[in-house]
Amino acid sequence: MAKTSSRRDFFIRVGQVSTASIVGGALWGHVLVESKANAFALRPPGALPEKDFLATCIKCGQCVDACPYETLSLTKVGEDGEIGVPHFTAREIPCYMCEDVPCARSCPTGALDREIEINDSRMGLAVLIDQEACIAFQGLRCEVCYRQCPLIDKALTINYRPQERTGKHAFFEPVVHSDVCTGCGMCEQVCILEESAIRILPHKLAQGKLGSNYRLGWKEKTKISNFKDSSPEKTKEERQQESNEMLNNALDSLNDMGTLYD
Amino acid sequence: MKRRSFLKASVAASAAAAVGMNLPKEADAALLDYAGQGEGWKWDKSVCRFCGTGCGIQVATKDGKIVSVKGDPQSPVNRGLNCVKGYFNAKILYGKDRLTQPLLRKTNGKFDKKGKFTPVSWDEAFEIMAEKAKKTLKEKGPTGLALFGSGQYTIDEGYAAAKLWKAGFRSNTIDPNARHCMASAVVGFYRVFGMDEPPGCYDDIEVTDTMILWGSNMAEMHPILWSRVTDRKLTSPDRTKIIVLSTYRHRSCDLADTEIIFKPSTDIAIFNFIAKYLIDKDYVNWDFVKKHTVFATSPNNIGYGLPKTDKREKEVILTEEEAIGMGMPEMAGKPWAQKPVGLLYQWAISQEDYTKALEPYTLDFVAKLAKGDEDEDLEEFKAKLVELAELYGEQSRKVVSFWTMGMNQHTRGTWVNELAYAVHLLMGKQSTPGNGAFSLTGQPSACGTAREVGVFSHRLPADKLVFVAPHRAKTEKIWKLPTGTLNPQPGAHAVKMMRDLQAGKLGFHWTMVANPFQTYANINGWIEAAREQDAFIVCSDPYPTISAKVADLILPTAMIYEKWGAYGNAERRTQHWREQVSPPGEAKGDLWQLMEFSKRFQLKEVWGKYDFKINLPVGKFDKMWKEQYGNTLPDVLPGAKEMGYSPEDTLFKVLFENEGKKYKYDANSEVANGHKNHIAEDMGFFAQKAIWEEYRLFGKGNGHDLASFDTYHKVRGLRWPVINGKETQWRYREGFDPYVKPGQGFNFYGPLQKAIYTGDLEDWDKSKPKVKLFTKKENGVIVDGKAKIFFHPYSAPPERPNDKYDLWLCTGRVLEHWHSGTMTRRVPELYRAVPHALVYLHPADATKRGLKRNDLVKVESIRGFVKARIETQGRNQPPKGLIFVPFFDEHVLINKLTLDQTCPLSKETDYKKCAVRITKA
Amino acid sequence: MISWLKNNRFLISRRISQIGILLLFYVSVHFDWKVGGVEILEGNLSSSTFLGIIPLADPFAALQILFTGHSLFTETLLGAGIILVFYALVGGRSFCSWVCPMNIVTDSSLKLRNWLKIPSAIQISRRVRYYILALALILSALTGVAAFEWISPISMLQRELIFGMKLGWVAAAMIFLFDLFGQRGGWCGHLCPLGAFYSIPGKMSLIRIQFNQDPCTKCGDCHRICPEPQVLNLRRIGEESMVSSGNCTNCGRCVTVCPEDCFQFSFRTKK
Repeated sequence: MAKTSSRRDFFIRVGQVSTASIVGGALWGHVLVESKANAFALRPPGALPEKDFLATCIKCGQCVDACPYETLSLTKVGEDGEIGVPHFTAREIPCYMCEDVPCARSCPTGALDREIEINDSRMGLAVLIDQEACIAFQGLRCEVCYRQCPLIDKALTINYRPQERTGKHAFFEPVVHSDVCTGCGMCEQVCILEESAIRILPHKLAQGKLGSNYRLGWKEKTKISNFKDSSPEKTKEERQQESNEMLNNALDSLNDMGTLYD
Repeated sequence: MKRRSFLKASVAASAAAAVGMNLPKEADAALLDYAGQGEGWKWDKSVCRFCGTGCGIQVATKDGKIVSVKGDPQSPVNRGLNCVKGYFNAKILYGKDRLTQPLLRKTNGKFDKKGKFTPVSWDEAFEIMAEKAKKTLKEKGPTGLALFGSGQYTIDEGYAAAKLWKAGFRSNTIDPNARHCMASAVVGFYRVFGMDEPPGCYDDIEVTDTMILWGSNMAEMHPILWSRVTDRKLTSPDRTKIIVLSTYRHRSCDLADTEIIFKPSTDIAIFNFIAKYLIDKDYVNWDFVKKHTVFATSPNNIGYGLPKTDKREKEVILTEEEAIGMGMPEMAGKPWAQKPVGLLYQWAISQEDYTKALEPYTLDFVAKLAKGDEDEDLEEFKAKLVELAELYGEQSRKVVSFWTMGMNQHTRGTWVNELAYAVHLLMGKQSTPGNGAFSLTGQPSACGTAREVGVFSHRLPADKLVFVAPHRAKTEKIWKLPTGTLNPQPGAHAVKMMRDLQAGKLGFHWTMVANPFQTYANINGWIEAAREQDAFIVCSDPYPTISAKVADLILPTAMIYEKWGAYGNAERRTQHWREQVSPPGEAKGDLWQLMEFSKRFQLKEVWGKYDFKINLPVGKFDKMWKEQYGNTLPDVLPGAKEMGYSPEDTLFKVLFENEGKKYKYDANSEVANGHKNHIAEDMGFFAQKAIWEEYRLFGKGNGHDLASFDTYHKVRGLRWPVINGKETQWRYREGFDPYVKPGQGFNFYGPLQKAIYTGDLEDWDKSKPKVKLFTKKENGVIVDGKAKIFFHPYSAPPERPNDKYDLWLCTGRVLEHWHSGTMTRRVPELYRAVPHALVYLHPADATKRGLKRNDLVKVESIRGFVKARIETQGRNQPPKGLIFVPFFDEHVLINKLTLDQTCPLSKETDYKKCAVRITKA
Repeated sequence: MISWLKNNRFLISRRISQIGILLLFYVSVHFDWKVGGVEILEGNLSSSTFLGIIPLADPFAALQILFTGHSLFTETLLGAGIILVFYALVGGRSFCSWVCPMNIVTDSSLKLRNWLKIPSAIQISRRVRYYILALALILSALTGVAAFEWISPISMLQRELIFGMKLGWVAAAMIFLFDLFGQRGGWCGHLCPLGAFYSIPGKMSLIRIQFNQDPCTKCGDCHRICPEPQVLNLRRIGEESMVSSGNCTNCGRCVTVCPEDCFQFSFRTKK
């Protein structure tokens, strides 16, 4: 009797513990997955891709400590984004692009690449997000973002365009070049508008990507290829299977009369 | 608006712009859109507070506050556009630390030079000012009374200041900050044309083919003009050429077809090379040259405007290049006596002598001397110089040369200005649409106020000069002064004013609309002098600047839109505006301050006899004065009595009120249109209008004609001379300038310095090293109607990099900030945009010193040091061996380092070159 | 006064230690405070650099990161190792009473609870913390982020104490209230996986509370004051003459409370 009871207790115990673990674990896991939600967060220079960065950052704040400009801060409870990981808000304090990158050099875990050259860092990408608000696009002589860009004439250039309305002035339009822009945020910080017209976005949000099915002929040089060393073709079986699949797809389509004949 | 009508309007606008027309009102109205107008906003036209471009703006007020600004679409200068400073005109008035009450240094309720600033009433402020001024008059005479004015004075303020000082106190110790900005251009204009100010206008930009920038970063300093230059380049990219000459790479280079980086001061050699090239290739327009010009030169051992005690004012060792450039290579390394002489000392030379003087300036010599970037290939540099000379020489090509402070702030500023005219005159490319050497002014009213009104120690309104007897006579007549009132002796120019303060020669120093203790070169000594010398220092200021801090008494000043006023821009365009809002607290306009101050003086206190050392620059006038009055300023009280003045009359009554009373202020009149006028209300008459109408009398009929006060409130500015309501685009040119008679073609009718000596180049005599190279001959020549083509040899600056201080320092501005930043650093957005002055230097120069970008460094000259961060890849990219530091930042007082050297002719400071070193801070 | 100091000597020392460590971090961040050119402690309790050279790292955090499938710099592993060895020597859960800032929160909650005589509302097994510890590692592997680090109220509190406070105090307040009205000693004694983690090397600790059975009157004072009273099984510690459980936090309360002075700190002499 006592034995049965203790076995029964044991099973109940196991049931309780597993249920608690599963429910607790599910809730906890949900919190973990959901809280990875600030897609706009800007990371210090040399940060690994966001997922790896979040996994490896130990939240020690040594990068914050190392930054001489108080650019970086660890996300606090109640702030938007992942609690405890370093980020910066370009409009408040941008990255000043120290040549020796002390923040990345101080990272103990490798969440920041210690070997990063500052000009190779990609904290985000400047995007002139609102051309309607940008006074340069209205023909005013502003271009503060351009002149304060630490990679002036490379990351930000001016596109000159004649101004028809006045007949004697020109537009001076800032243009960002993604192959050079580090996303340091100086442009966003210095924009003289009430709300900055140029902003740093993580690359994922800022950039489109040309499909590999098309290349820009005037930008990429071509060398007519030597076909001698072409990679081996597929096996006969593979080709047969592929051709069967395609034919079946076609047959399915052809044999489905649908409403064609109603 | 329908697209069709827009197109029509914009086509009309471009067409009109191309010929420099003002648009008819209907066409412009089509461009306007009233949508987005704020609730209850009242708009009025005005003008931008900042640079010499002179953009028209419109200002919106609501509830006594400026709420918004827009570019004036009807303004021919900017057609509704502005730069980022102009964008913030509405915010400059509203810094959190406006001064709203007079502040006097006091201890225990009494004035004390070592006391703390304490708020006082205007009455108390003027009382102590008057007491100190009277004490100074008694102890030091009129010259002890100094006023430092501004190219940012409104025209009426400048006029009242000059009148009060010169007629009231009989002191010529009045000079504007424009001395540091435009003086070299003025002297250049005087000596070449006989009359100040550019012959051309901005419409040159739309019709020229070639724009050559000499020491001007228009992209940042004249943003809207640069927009026009850019449009010209874009709409005719193949024909239009832009060449930028500078000692470092800057933003204007971005658009340039060719950028020429030269060593400081070698611009003179480059000009001489061009002149020689034009002659050698026989490109010269000899017909024009013979008809309208004369060759001339002046002494070449004139010193460097340093203090008289400086040994470089006595003698320098000639460099090899200087010796070659003067045609006497054997003098290289030998001492060369300096003997500063006046700017009037000049003489005509023959064409042969002119050609001979140019001989040393071969391509090889000049290229080697002038190449400013040691990494550039010499042959490439030579090719650029040839390209440049070819552009000037191409017969069918129109050329405009623009310059600003690179040429004006130069120990040989007058010379290099004159050389710019020389190359244009040789080609006859001057004073016609699209052709001309065009000195751009830096300040919004350096032309309109400082120069035209004559707020200089040697000038009277409309190009009159204090030492010229007929000029004084005319002035005394218009000002209704007894004969002999005006002091004939030119007063202390700006730099000398500070030196005099230091030497204890001044008893009273008043600064208005300027920040001299931040912006003078070598400020260390001046600040100390202001604080330690027994002189009363007054500063009128809207904000607590360095100069206010240095003062004993601070007067709270109304800012631009808090008063009526007028500015004159770089193309002679005069633009007026009305008072838009009332000044805060007890702040008052500068005109009010000047007039209130004048109420404290009775004629008997100021118009008595003073013993006075007279030494006028023109012998004839010197003799005339001495024969009449000896070494005195005469007692003119008897004369005053004869004119009906009582000795108890105040200066206010005599100088301002008698004439002013004729003009009543009526807020409901058409011109006032409901606007307030705090000055008129306090004075009881329409002071600004009275002054304007009196001022007009000076220019009338002698090339300076202005329209009536009311006219300017209806138009978007007019370019003088305004004759029969019509403005003038190109002066000295038949068909444009009504002063040029039919058949003359050109007439350089400026009256000054047209009777000069003739002479030649005397061979250098090795046995007499104290003798000047050029000597005058006794016979003179009248060159009426002609312009002068000057020759000047290359001259090295007095301070050059050496072992201890191994870098050139060049200072200047940035687009985002105006001058010393008093206004723009208080606009949060502009402060955020450019919070601190940076030291721009070449990356290799940084690496060599173990410095990284953003490092805090100590920049040091023999005179002082500052700390700032370095930028190796920013907007300004100097070649190795040169750094650039802007002067707007009161936390980086770069003028502790600069040298108080000037062009000895124009007395304009050279801020562009001195020797410094950099170490890690 | 003297006797008060004597009776509270460990409490005072613990507070000095807890606050002192935070302070060293704080002055490094906010004042760049340096001694001989190096900052004493840079970073925070998760990972830091001691004297500008010696890496220190939270071994539990490092373990979680390893569970996410990411490798770590040797330096971090070394830092974690140093901490692990250190606590293996001084008693793993010494961290809890001598370093962890949450201890101040839970101690004061306990004090208030005793004073207000609040009865227990819930009963949670002390074993739950080990389940949470296991769950943290499993979830790290599943979600790819260091699961406990993500939600750790200790990390939140100490981070914001060092780098600037925003809402980190809320985490502390929740623990405080939980301990006050919910489970007595609930966080440190029942839930905290970090404490659970440190209890494992704690078993090997050299520093031990020695128990002298002879004068013991079995008054129970030690039991009442101990935050982990199960470690004071008098029969067992009587046999071993020391407190051998890894969950002893070396807080020293029993040493000062015992009227017969049965307890004292000592090095482990025998197994």
